[in-house]
Amino acid sequence: MRRSLSTISPRMPRRRFVQGLAAGGVMLGLSPFAHAAGAISERTRTGAAPVLTGTEFNLEVGQSPVNFTGNPRMAVTINGSIPAPTLRWREGDTVTIRVKNTLKEDTSIHWHGIILPYQMDGVPGISFPGIAPGETFIYQFKLEQSGTYWYHSHSGMQEAQGMYGAIIVEPRDTDPIRVDRDYIIQLSDWTDESPMRVLSKLKAQGDYYNYNKPTVVDFFRDVSEMGMSAALDKRQMWNEMRMNPTDLADLSADVLTYLMNGTTPAGNWTGLFRPGERVRLRFVNGAANTFYDVRIPGLKMTVVQADGQNVEPVTVDEFRFGPGQTYDVVVQPKDDAYTVFAQSMDRTGYARGTLAVREGLQAPIPALDPAQWLTMTDMMGDMGGMDHGAMDHGAMDHGSMGQVPMGHGEMNHASSSSKPSGMDHGAMGHGSSSAGPSKTVRHARTEYGASIDMRVDTPRMNLDDPGIGLRNNGRKVLTLADLHTVGGPMDPRGAEREIELHLTGNMERYSWSFDGLEFGQSTPVHFRYGERVRVILHNDTMMTHPMHLHGVWSELETPDGNFQARLHTIPVQPAQRISFLVTADALGRWAWHCHLMFHMDMGMFREVVIA
Amino acid sequence: MKTGLKKIVFGLVVVLVLPFAAQGQTQDSHAGHSSSSQADTTRDPATEMTPMDHGDMKMQGGSPPADARDPNAYSGGFKRNEGQYALDPRYRLKMSDEHLFASLWMDNLEYVRARGQEWGAYEGQAWIGSTFNRLVLKGEGEFKDGKIQESRTEVLWGHAISTFWDTQMGGRFDYGRGEPSRQWLALGVQGLAPYWFELDATAYLGSEGRTALRFSAEYNLLLTQKLYLQPAMEVNFYGKDDPERDIGRGFSDGTVGLRLKYEITRQFVPYIGVEWSSKFGKTADIAEEAGGAKQETRFVAGVGFWF
Repeated sequence: MRRSLSTISPRMPRRRFVQGLAAGGVMLGLSPFAHAAGAISERTRTGAAPVLTGTEFNLEVGQSPVNFTGNPRMAVTINGSIPAPTLRWREGDTVTIRVKNTLKEDTSIHWHGIILPYQMDGVPGISFPGIAPGETFIYQFKLEQSGTYWYHSHSGMQEAQGMYGAIIVEPRDTDPIRVDRDYIIQLSDWTDESPMRVLSKLKAQGDYYNYNKPTVVDFFRDVSEMGMSAALDKRQMWNEMRMNPTDLADLSADVLTYLMNGTTPAGNWTGLFRPGERVRLRFVNGAANTFYDVRIPGLKMTVVQADGQNVEPVTVDEFRFGPGQTYDVVVQPKDDAYTVFAQSMDRTGYARGTLAVREGLQAPIPALDPAQWLTMTDMMGDMGGMDHGAMDHGAMDHGSMGQVPMGHGEMNHASSSSKPSGMDHGAMGHGSSSAGPSKTVRHARTEYGASIDMRVDTPRMNLDDPGIGLRNNGRKVLTLADLHTVGGPMDPRGAEREIELHLTGNMERYSWSFDGLEFGQSTPVHFRYGERVRVILHNDTMMTHPMHLHGVWSELETPDGNFQARLHTIPVQPAQRISFLVTADALGRWAWHCHLMFHMDMGMFREVVIA
Repeated sequence: MKTGLKKIVFGLVVVLVLPFAAQGQTQDSHAGHSSSSQADTTRDPATEMTPMDHGDMKMQGGSPPADARDPNAYSGGFKRNEGQYALDPRYRLKMSDEHLFASLWMDNLEYVRARGQEWGAYEGQAWIGSTFNRLVLKGEGEFKDGKIQESRTEVLWGHAISTFWDTQMGGRFDYGRGEPSRQWLALGVQGLAPYWFELDATAYLGSEGRTALRFSAEYNLLLTQKLYLQPAMEVNFYGKDDPERDIGRGFSDGTVGLRLKYEITRQFVPYIGVEWSSKFGKTADIAEEAGGAKQETRFVAGVGFWF
């Protein structure tokens, strides 16, 4: 395996990322509206996803040509458009969606964030066998929720090849969010290469796409700026551990083109408004591998909805979200034009569009922020500034942190299949489940082998950290601590049981897992039907993982055990430990995974059984 | 010390010291941290907290404590593809962690010139398998006029034993034009050591009681994102004389190379470099008696590629 090493600099990479072709998928400058509906085998329509309404829908999955970068490629599309058609549903309606597969391989559609029977969830191998070539599958379910959601393929790598679209479920009652205009802004990423080839390259060389590694030149600059000793210190831990301080994303602009509503930065997707209007922007992160940091220079955003659930309005300058997440914001633009700027977390590129009073306008595009090294906080968690007042000292054994003082080895949790043990940790003297999630770190026994490259023994648990690259940048950045779902938790019960899983991986081998066990090595996680269970996720890696549990809501809580927000996709930062409550009211088998597509595919995936 | 050996030792020292000079060193990975956290730890006499002993916390490696959590504890007895709500096993979900991957690396394919002679040389590795178990093919050799003059090829089963290390076991085949070939059983380790050294150490057992050892190390020093310097060294040891192959017992030969590589793409890397090769001890004597040289300095230019 090749290994490159380094001394690093926060300088912007010299590679100029792909601005893309202005015309995107529509070649010859044909207006998207000139296409007849159903002209699927012709060039892909991009930038203006058609809106489908009603209760009966026909979606056809096929291949259609695109050209985002000057290289013609085939994308996998629904009804020939990227993004796929926006589905506008109504809370309370029963929708019927006929999905026909014209590909030569299986396909599927998963309705991300929608509560429905497990057979309609669209995950091949868990919900249903998948939709074979030539087959039509009929999805049918009743909408019991409202808000902004999205849908995408759950087969192969089709989600990365163009198969994603937005869903708007209009509320049954009057929408408390009153606006004059409404736009979906779906961010995604495109690669001209086949995603399978991209994965093979990552398997051969984990840092293949990282062109921001520390170099000797960076080292000498650091020496002149901070002295030899500090420069050496800065690199020492990374060198010892053989890990890369700029490992923010697996793929970079080297191979990705960042899209906004299926449009390249050069294509400049534009949303029009009239001055004085209140505009709702439904941001959806439909990327396969990219965290976006979104802001609109000159325009504050009031966040009103997260993952389809209304939140107490909070006004910010910027927010970060990962694949799977959605944020609805309200803006009141006053100037002629604003740039909607979404830079990728590794700072190698951006997606962008414009809000303007008329077509053809542009506002200045900000420069990419410099890439930063991961910090001690990101690697080790909460080492120095521990708030001792908040810790439950009774439960912590400082002399052997990271080792469990309790004899859990004796408790055979897997002993009965009909009635699982349902441990009440409060009764066992953890001293924490009534007050909040357990703070005792319990690594799995399978976290000490070849599938793991690090473990965090002192995680940070605060939710108010905007994350690497967004700290102290002079802007108000949204954090999970700012989200307060309107109406509070959906279930007044506290946790009846608590489970803990660790997010793990080995970057060098490009392996990702829960508890050091890849999906193929794993057993399912069982929730008893009807129980209210607490799930603790502890991130033993240096990357942020957007964790998505299908079928049920994840009710994020604070480290003290107070309700924070209802979400379907929770970003867990490096060395962070978070917890959420689940009311297991959906029978069936469900998928649970990191929504970074390559991580999911390499094994950070579990099956959940609710029975 | 004989001149050849001196050069090898010098090379070893350069290869080992350079990254330390550039990057820093400390044996204890926590030494840089314990002072800062001690300073921040507030002593609360009421709880009698002991200061955290960072020596106990290992972020990498180590073995699980006796009461480590069971990762299957939450299954409630359920299995994938079996039981309530499970699909028929023929629809079993197989993610890429259960798929096979493969790669071929030709690290160096080069033109070599030394003492007025020219020839070609290659060094590469290929593998096929899953994340933790692979079939590995390693090879190194020299060729001239389209024919292989000398080669060492190993076919091994690689198994991941820890975060950065694999054990490898299998066979090695040595070929030399005009010489008898040799076959060996091979057992060794390959991996990435702290400070990013790529190491490879293998022991061999041949017929007629022959034994051998091979050790190699390589390092990549990034000058820019695409230009890097690659010092590398290799040394061989044989347990018995093998006069038919001009090998004497003991350390037989060593090579230290320095190649300057430029990645046109990640997968196409031209380079130039220089290599010092030396024979030692009895092997050196044998070479001298045959009228050959004990050491040579080689100019190399070539390309590395992989797919």
